[in-house]
Amino acid sequence: MAKLFRKYPDLKSGKLKELSMHVMPFADVQDLSISERVQKILKLVLDNKIVLLQGRLRPEEEARLIEDTMALVDHVKNFQGIELAVVEPNLRNQSLFTKAKYGFAKMLVGDSNALTIIGPASLIREIKKDPSKIDLFFRK
Amino acid sequence: MIKILKSFSRRILNAIFGKKDSIKLGFYGPPNAGKTSLANRICKDWTGEEIGAVSKVPHETRHIQFKEKVEIKHKGKELVFKITDTPGIATRIDYEDFLKFGIKKKDAKKRAKEATQGIIESIQWLDDMEAVVVVLDASENPYSQVNLTIIGNLIARKIPVLVVANKIDLKGADIKKFEATFPDYEVVGISAKEGTNMEEFYEALFKLAKKV
Repeated sequence: MAKLFRKYPDLKSGKLKELSMHVMPFADVQDLSISERVQKILKLVLDNKIVLLQGRLRPEEEARLIEDTMALVDHVKNFQGIELAVVEPNLRNQSLFTKAKYGFAKMLVGDSNALTIIGPASLIREIKKDPSKIDLFFRK
Repeated sequence: MIKILKSFSRRILNAIFGKKDSIKLGFYGPPNAGKTSLANRICKDWTGEEIGAVSKVPHETRHIQFKEKVEIKHKGKELVFKITDTPGIATRIDYEDFLKFGIKKKDAKKRAKEATQGIIESIQWLDDMEAVVVVLDASENPYSQVNLTIIGNLIARKIPVLVVANKIDLKGADIKKFEATFPDYEVVGISAKEGTNMEEFYEALFKLAKKV
């Protein structure tokens, strides 16, 4: 947290009044349908929370999340949308054994090695992403 | 499997009856990447008409735009495309962003509303595409989640993809970054505005058409 304060002094100075994060374990969403997953995430985002989802959404779920977000932007006052980013282990230069290990785990329990960050656009100005790190820029 | 069979039977029928079928080619990407600029250049080159208006203001294209029967000739071969230009896909829309471009509040709100509908429309039209050109801004960071979401959805639907890094004429454009981000795809760097590298683009487009 000290590192977070150093990087974002607004958090410590109190200019940013609230930073609420909701950690969502993969097991919580594993058995849900696409609609239920997306609804669960958007409900938290509308509540001004940043969602840290263990694992990642499937491409069709990400598309559905964008569609539903746009429908909400159209209907909910002051809702501007979401910022979304996924961090996952870079397996490109890993050994065949490591790749196989991740592949097997993915087959058994789904893609739970990734971390998905979803937050309200009114709170997160931008998420800058490169393969190994993510920078969250908050609105003042 | 069904898609392969459909494609195979269509090719056989076309070969027998000599009928030229058009390939449904979509232009997808984030807002302001130059999808309409590229579609315009192609349409202007081969039909003499443009497909839509372009602007510096994001979300200029807010409805799907089509151009039927665009016959493109390249190295003695000819292919017919149905070109579909789509609104840019984004995860956020704030009408205040449009005010910075001098748009009045009422018009900015209308634009934002139309833009949200346009994004939904773009996603829903994905299933109708046979091949897609993903147009990205070469001067921006390629690792954006929207770019990955678009390509992920195309892979999931088994739609052949060509990645175009547009605006290579801009300072800060880095084609190598795009090649590193999308190592499994052919990446072509162009400037739709200046017409740079269009021969290379058509070469890649014809290769893409072979995968349909």
